[in-house]
Amino acid sequence: MALLQRINAAAKSKVFSLQEALVLAWQAVRFIFARPFYTEDVIQQMDAIGVQSLGIVVLTGFFTGMVLALQSAVQMARFGATTYVGSLVAASMIRELGPVLAGLMVAGRVGSGIAAQLGSMRVTEQIDALNVMGTDPIKKLVTPRLLAALVMLPTLTVINDLAGILGGMVIARFYLQLPTGLYWSTIWDQISSGGFLWLLPNDFVHGLFKPFVFGGIISLTACHFGLRTTGGTEGVGIATTRTVVTASILILVVDYFITQLLLAILPS
Amino acid sequence: MTDERDRRQGDAAPEGASRAQAPVDPGVAPADADAAASTPPSPAFPSAADAESGESADERRFTGRRAEDRALESVHADRVRAAIRTEIAADDAADAAALEAEPAPTPAAAPSAPVVELRDVYLAFDRPILEGVSFTAQKGETVTVVGESGTGKSTILKLILRLLVADRGDVMINGQDIERLTFQQALDIRQKMGMVFQGAALFDSLSVFENVAYPLREHTDLDEEQILKRVREKLEYVDLDPDQVLELSPAELSGGMQKRVGIARGLAANPQIMLYDEPTSGLDPLTTATITHLIMKLQHDLEVTSIVVTHDIRSAFRMASKVALLHDRHITFFGTPEEMAASDDPYVQTFLGGY
Repeated sequence: MALLQRINAAAKSKVFSLQEALVLAWQAVRFIFARPFYTEDVIQQMDAIGVQSLGIVVLTGFFTGMVLALQSAVQMARFGATTYVGSLVAASMIRELGPVLAGLMVAGRVGSGIAAQLGSMRVTEQIDALNVMGTDPIKKLVTPRLLAALVMLPTLTVINDLAGILGGMVIARFYLQLPTGLYWSTIWDQISSGGFLWLLPNDFVHGLFKPFVFGGIISLTACHFGLRTTGGTEGVGIATTRTVVTASILILVVDYFITQLLLAILPS
Repeated sequence: MTDERDRRQGDAAPEGASRAQAPVDPGVAPADADAAASTPPSPAFPSAADAESGESADERRFTGRRAEDRALESVHADRVRAAIRTEIAADDAADAAALEAEPAPTPAAAPSAPVVELRDVYLAFDRPILEGVSFTAQKGETVTVVGESGTGKSTILKLILRLLVADRGDVMINGQDIERLTFQQALDIRQKMGMVFQGAALFDSLSVFENVAYPLREHTDLDEEQILKRVREKLEYVDLDPDQVLELSPAELSGGMQKRVGIARGLAANPQIMLYDEPTSGLDPLTTATITHLIMKLQHDLEVTSIVVTHDIRSAFRMASKVALLHDRHITFFGTPEEMAASDDPYVQTFLGGY
């Protein structure tokens, strides 16, 4: 009986937490369109989330592109298809690895930062101070972070894709001895095949919609756990860890469902 | 009794030594109690005799309200009262000299609607926190809410700010029941209040200037020049040199300075009501005195109504027009400091004796 009650309590708290997260998401989105606009905070967050993540995103993208080219070259050599390495690198980077890697890196770097900052603000009563001074903390803290992440994650992903393709090019040119022109022409063939409304290539729809969703996941998860922090500095640590774990898992799971959905609705 | 004393003595003695004050334990150190009645004791620097008597003072805290203790207290209650009255008199004299006027302006004889009023307020989270709490603060009064740690003192401030809503009962601000307001109306009400948090709660991503300017930027149409003027004025009011601190970040300030910036921020929008959560906790005796004096100066100069939550009974007595003692989830005593010192209520006496 006691066990059942404990399971009941645990389940209730999970459902309650999910409900809170959804309410937070709804309010944060609603406040995007309501005055006053904290433009300065949005720009500041764009810098923190986007510009300052450039380094790690470029680095991970570049090395992933190189390793992709290397691995696929070995496999494709068996079929004599080494020349298509550019096409494979571009498709993998733009559709999957670019968004997911950028998402995971930003979840680790920025998500943890947001959770720790909001968590510290909670435990040092700064959130209460905002409330007291008549500012809605969701509007002041969550909405700017959400907006910044929604804009910056796709931007970072594009840069990540480009870095990956350049990494692949380095391997293609110096390891596989492929002419650079050939590498780029296979990439062009890949991304120009199939198009949503004949304007946006299918690869781009996948590659830009995913990071947009991931941006929302990262910022809202971080804000949710940050604002719910209790229990002093230890609580801040817990909130940070939960943010990174939850956001990373959500990114990987949601990635699957988005892919499934887009494959179903987009003409190939 | 003996068992419990034995058990407690070992771990409680060092703490007791620092807490003990002469008037606490007249039974063990009568000479000290008499001395305290004539001169205000210095809590920060207990004498050797205090340290020795500390053990039994602590025992009484821990062993609870036993019959022997009660008997002991009633015998020495007069001495406790005398000591406290002397303290009040000494502090009042010092304050009066410093302010060159009466420290606490007494409210009008026929009071209008109270600025802050709690009526029979009930609140529970996992367990009951407040049960039937009532008190009032008239315009220009300073009400100090005292009580042991963890009794829900800060919760009362959150109710007044409507960060929490009571389960039952009314919280009235200027005669208006804030329990029934919309979120937006509550924000408007809050703009009439200034709050000083226990840890100052300054925004650490903003400079001192931006911190104090924050409520002005949020809720007034003042231009940059007026904001700067107001911020400098408020910082000077709390005895900080604006030129030195304006551009600093909160992390670069000492604890006392942070508290003062917190007060300046609370004051920035010229509130009618100031709320303080443990304004003197974690500060050295000198800074505590400065902050206490500052709160009194505010009350004297600006006639703001203040609610001060504190466990520092000494500064509570110094600044209070009324004291509300929170115990066992309700207000066991509400009245002037003099009435409190003269009260026969056993808990009131234990509480006063504990300091």
